[in-house]
Amino acid sequence: MSQQITNNNLYGVLAEFKTPKELMDAARLVNQNGYRHYDTFSPYPIHGMDRAMSLKKSKLGWIVLSHGLLGFSGALAMIYWMMVVDYPLNISGKTLMNVPAWIPVTFELTVLLSAFGAVFGMFFLNGLPKLNHPLFNSENFKKVTDDGFFVCIESEDPQFESEKVQKLLQDAGAATIEEIYED
Amino acid sequence: MSKTYEYVPEPALVKGNHNFNSITELITDINIRPTPKLWYVAFGFANLLLLALLGSIGYLIWEGTGIWGLNAPVGWGWAIINFVWWVGIGHAGTLISAILFLFRQNWRTAINRFAEAMTIFAVMCAGIFPAIHVGRIWVIYWVFPIPNQMAMWPNFNSPLLWDVFAVSTYFTVSLLFWYVGLVPDLATVRDRIKSKVGKVLYGTFALGWRGSNRHWWNYEKSYMILAGLATPLVLSVHTIVSFDFAVSIIPGWHTTIFPPYFVAGAVFSGFAMVLTLMIVCRKIYGLEDIMTDDHIEKMNIIILVTGTMVGFAYLMEFFIAWYSGVEYEKAIFILRATGPYAWAYWIMITCNVLSPQFFWSKKLRRNVAFTFIISIVVNIGMWFERFVITVTSLSTDFLPSSWGYYSPTFWDVITYVGTFGLFFTFFLLFLRFLPMVAVAELKAVLPQADPHNYDEETGEYKEPEVTVPEPTTTQESA
Repeated sequence: MSQQITNNNLYGVLAEFKTPKELMDAARLVNQNGYRHYDTFSPYPIHGMDRAMSLKKSKLGWIVLSHGLLGFSGALAMIYWMMVVDYPLNISGKTLMNVPAWIPVTFELTVLLSAFGAVFGMFFLNGLPKLNHPLFNSENFKKVTDDGFFVCIESEDPQFESEKVQKLLQDAGAATIEEIYED
Repeated sequence: MSKTYEYVPEPALVKGNHNFNSITELITDINIRPTPKLWYVAFGFANLLLLALLGSIGYLIWEGTGIWGLNAPVGWGWAIINFVWWVGIGHAGTLISAILFLFRQNWRTAINRFAEAMTIFAVMCAGIFPAIHVGRIWVIYWVFPIPNQMAMWPNFNSPLLWDVFAVSTYFTVSLLFWYVGLVPDLATVRDRIKSKVGKVLYGTFALGWRGSNRHWWNYEKSYMILAGLATPLVLSVHTIVSFDFAVSIIPGWHTTIFPPYFVAGAVFSGFAMVLTLMIVCRKIYGLEDIMTDDHIEKMNIIILVTGTMVGFAYLMEFFIAWYSGVEYEKAIFILRATGPYAWAYWIMITCNVLSPQFFWSKKLRRNVAFTFIISIVVNIGMWFERFVITVTSLSTDFLPSSWGYYSPTFWDVITYVGTFGLFFTFFLLFLRFLPMVAVAELKAVLPQADPHNYDEETGEYKEPEVTVPEPTTTQESA
């Protein structure tokens, strides 16, 4: 019965690899075996990993675009309302709707809002900040920000079976394999 | 005529025989080790200067802008000069981190963190001047479109208001860009530091980063978009700063060359400042493997290019003044070179146009000590450029009866010197507590970072094969 309880707390199986090439090969293997709830970890972004893991295109571009449009139209609407509607000022008989003079501020606010979209959108898509995570229970995992390359297959995956997964990672050439528990 | 071309492979970006772990240790150990004594000395000195700045600002608010050397024709003195100069210094940081990123210049990874920090602190120093020069600083919030009890709004037709938006957007975006780059490196320090306080602080700011490739995927996209946004932004900021002058009708200011010419000058002085700081830091912290002589050479080439562009702009101003046929325009340029401020003009020409020309020589642009001297000379020259533009045009405008001579007071000087205190206080804190080189990015440009550089059979790392094409000889008929 105790076996049952520990299984419920199992977050996944973490395997360490020595080089980025081994990690990439392992990711490809895990992906080809039909696992979907898995992730790879490395100290820097490995180019080509997106294809090995067959990741979908990031949605970030759309978030940034929508924020940029909001900044652009918001700035124009704000200046129009302030300069033409709410507080019209006659400056040497010039037209109130002096659009060329509004370009700098409109541009800046478009960039500002887009940048907010790019940064906060990225953290939102990544589910950060998340200061606590089962993977941080592993002492070995600390290497991930230094020179460690890891694969973790999560227990959430419908195909997940601890022994089978460990066997697969062993065949992929993992240096160490450990089970990660949520405590 | 026949010429032989030879293919020369690019030199390695990181010297020495570094691997991932040694890079991590080299850079993050600086944050983990106990604080060196020399740091306290430097920090104490910077704090003294900072106190001088706070004191002079306090006196300015108490007494008013009369304590500065401003007079009737010259209503804008050191405040605007220092503002434009500091903003210009900042531009190199964004240029390195954004424009060089878009151009896939991988050598930028060694210096971008450093330069971005410089940008942020330089923009902070710059921002002080427009804020304090307004006189009644306690109503500075009027420049922001905040609903107030008088039911009035700032004037969006004014270039000074554009500055408010440009500089504050620039500061915010630079800060975000810098922080996004820092997150993975803060996680590196978090995983290595032993002290409890350090763990909590670095852990909080690292936001729980764990190097997931699903995260890197969005992260890299975000970084690229930010670089794409920061590139037009950095050009726009100095363009808008130049509008402060160019949108007026004062002779010598009302020229269309100002925006590109200001941007070139900003990049010029910014790179010089990065070099000044970098040459000192790489020596103190022993980072010669990462910030190599190749970096210094590449930056010197950029200084040469932008310095020559600035020289071209000076010539062009003269040409257009003559070509326009406007008497006042012609007069001001002749006065700049021969009038009461000729001394400042010739300092500017010597420092900005002549001094970078030494860098045509490969030997000199790889000479560290020489580069250090030139980098300081360039910064002095660029300060004088802003001085010449601001003061000559204002002091000798349309009517000779309203001409006057401007000289600064003690308080002008002490406020300017004090901003170095602010700059170095923050910069020293940065060097002490944050990884001064982008660790994650630097690892990505090591040859062993590329999965293709591993042997198919053994999985062992092997040196990347550089395919050297046969030296080709092309026949060109003269």
